[in-house]
Amino acid sequence: MARREQTPSQIIAREEEPRDVSLPPPEAPPSSPALAVGWVRQHLFSSIPNTVLTLVCLWLLWLTVPPMISWVFIDAVWSGSDPALCRAAEGACWAFVTEKHRFILFGLYPFDEHWRPLLAMALFVATLVVSCNPLFWRPWLGLLWSVVVPVCGLLMWGGVFGLTFVENARWGGLPLTLILASVGIVCSFPIAILLALGRRSDLPGIRAVCVGFIEFVRGVPLISVLFMASVMFPLFLPEGMTIDKLLRAQVGIIIFTAAYLAEAIRGGLQAIPRGQYEAADALGLTYWKKTFFIILPQALKISIPPIVNQFISMFKDTSLVIIIGLFDLLTTAKTALTDPPWRAFYVESYLFAALIYWMFSFFMSRYSQYLERRLETGHKR
Amino acid sequence: MTPGDTPESKAAITLEGVNKWYGAFHVLKDINLTVQGGERVVVCGPSGSGKSTMIRCVNRLEEHQQGKITVDGVELTNDVRTVERIRRNVGMVFQQFNLFPHLTVLQNLTLSPMWVQKQPKKEATATAMEYLERVHIPEQAQKYPGQLSGGQQQRVAIARALCMKPSIMLFDEPTSALDPEMIKEVLDVMVELAEGGMTMICVTHEMGFAKTVGNTMVFMDEGIIVEMAPPKDFFDNPKSERTQKFLSQILTH
Repeated sequence: MARREQTPSQIIAREEEPRDVSLPPPEAPPSSPALAVGWVRQHLFSSIPNTVLTLVCLWLLWLTVPPMISWVFIDAVWSGSDPALCRAAEGACWAFVTEKHRFILFGLYPFDEHWRPLLAMALFVATLVVSCNPLFWRPWLGLLWSVVVPVCGLLMWGGVFGLTFVENARWGGLPLTLILASVGIVCSFPIAILLALGRRSDLPGIRAVCVGFIEFVRGVPLISVLFMASVMFPLFLPEGMTIDKLLRAQVGIIIFTAAYLAEAIRGGLQAIPRGQYEAADALGLTYWKKTFFIILPQALKISIPPIVNQFISMFKDTSLVIIIGLFDLLTTAKTALTDPPWRAFYVESYLFAALIYWMFSFFMSRYSQYLERRLETGHKR
Repeated sequence: MTPGDTPESKAAITLEGVNKWYGAFHVLKDINLTVQGGERVVVCGPSGSGKSTMIRCVNRLEEHQQGKITVDGVELTNDVRTVERIRRNVGMVFQQFNLFPHLTVLQNLTLSPMWVQKQPKKEATATAMEYLERVHIPEQAQKYPGQLSGGQQQRVAIARALCMKPSIMLFDEPTSALDPEMIKEVLDVMVELAEGGMTMICVTHEMGFAKTVGNTMVFMDEGIIVEMAPPKDFFDNPKSERTQKFLSQILTH
C-alpha cells in the first residue's frame, strides 16, 4: 500500500481478513503450449520413432479410407432393381438393400401385412425410448407397457379386428430379433438376481441348486442349449403336447442369459461392504427388505457395465436361433442372398444387418453410461 | 421371570456368562454385565480386547455361543422375530458410519421407520427432520452421504438410529474414523443424547467424554472385563495393573 495513512474502512478490511497477508493469492496453472501446432508437435512428432509411427499411420489411413469412402458412397449404386447395373459399377450395391430390405426386415411375414410388424416395432421402440428417461419412471409407465405389449402381440398375430392370423413360425427379421432380445432381457434379469442371491445364501440347499444351475448352463454353448430346447425338450413332453418353437428358443435364451447375468450381479453383491448389511440389520430390516432397499440398488449399480455387456452380447447371440430354423435378422439377410441374380452382393447384405445390430448395441452402451453417471452419488469406497 | 418382581427386570441389558469364539479363538470370556435403564456405560480397552464384539452381541450382529443375553426383558435367541424385535429397540452407531450411499440423508432416516415400523411417509419425514435438527444438520437432508464430511455423516448415522425411537443406543467407536476437528461435533451430540436420559453403551477412547457422561467405566482386555467402576474411581485409583498401564498409555498424550 502506497500511502501510510489508512482510511478506517481499509483498517477494518485488514482486520477482517488477517490471513490474506500470509497466504499467497491463488495462481493460474501454467499455460499450455500454443493450441493446435503445439499439440501436434508434442504428441505426434516428439521424437524420431514417434514421427515415423505417425507417418506410417497416415500412410495406412491414406491407403484405406479414400477407397472405402468411394466404395461406400461415391461409386455405389443406390437404387434400381437391375443387378446388372450393380455388377457394372465399382462401388457398393445398395440397390440390393433397397430391393430386398422388406424381406431382410420382416422375413417370411406376409408381404401385404408388413405394416403390422413395422407398426409394432415403432410402438415398441417409442415406448422403450420413453422408458429410458428417468422423468417418466412413474406408475403409469407400467400401465403403458401393459397396453403396448398386448397391442404389439395383437399386431403380430392378428386374427381379430379383421387382421389375418399370422402364426409365429412366419415371424422373422428384425421384429423376431427384438422380441427374442427384449423378452430375454426382461425375463432373465429377475431370474439372474434370484440366482445371484441364492448363490450367496446361507441355506445350503438353495445355494447348491443355484450353483448347480449356473455352472451347468454356463458350461454348455448357447447352441446346445437351443438344440436341447428344440430337439430334446419335446421328447419329455406328454404325447400330443407341443410347445411352440419360438417359445422354446426364447426359454433357452432366457436361462442361458440368466446364468451369465447372475455371475455379473454376484460380482456387484460381493463389492458391497459388510457394514451395509450390518447397518440394515441393526435397523431391524428383514432379509428381503434389506436386499431390496439397500443391497440390490448398490450391487446393480456397480454391475451396470457387466450387465449391459451381457445384454449386448445376448442381443447379437439371438442370431444363433438359425440353428433351429427361426428367421432372425441375420438369417433373413443371408437368405436374401439366395436370389440368384443378387448372389454376389453378400457384403452389402451383411453390412446392412451389421449396421442394425450396431445401432441397437451402441444405444444400449451409451444408455448404460448415462445411467452410471446419473446414479453417481459422490460416494467413494 | 415376571416383570417387576426382581431387581434384574429393571435392567435394560444383562449379559450373564457370555462366551464367544471365532473358530478356536476365545474372544469373549465369561462376560457378566448389567446395564440399568438410563445408565451410560463406557467400554474401553486395547484393540482386540473384545469390546466391539461384546456390544455387537447385544443386537445380534454377532452370535454368542454360551451364556444369556437379555435386552429389555427379552432373551436373545436364534429366533428371527426375537432378533428383529430387539433390533427395533436398540439403535447402533458404527465406526465407519455405514450410511446408505445410494439414498439421500432423509431417505436414510425414513427407510426403517417406513418399512419396519410401517409409519406413513409424512410422519417418518417429520420425525427425521426433527432428529436432523437435534444433530444440527437439517439443511443437509436432501444431500447424499458422499457429499457430507465425516462428522456430518456420523451425526446423520446417530439421527438414523434415533428415528427408530430406540430405548437403548450402542456406539461402536463412533469417533475413531473421524478427523480430529470433527470429533467434538459428534461427541456434543452424544452428550446431548446422554443428558436426555438415553441408555447407552459406548465403546470409545474419548476419556473426556467418558468422564462427562459415563456412569460406569468398563475396561476390557483379552476378552475379559478386567475392571468395572464409576468414572471417578476408575480414573483416580484404578485397581488392576492392566488398567493402570492402559490408562497411562492413553492419557499421556
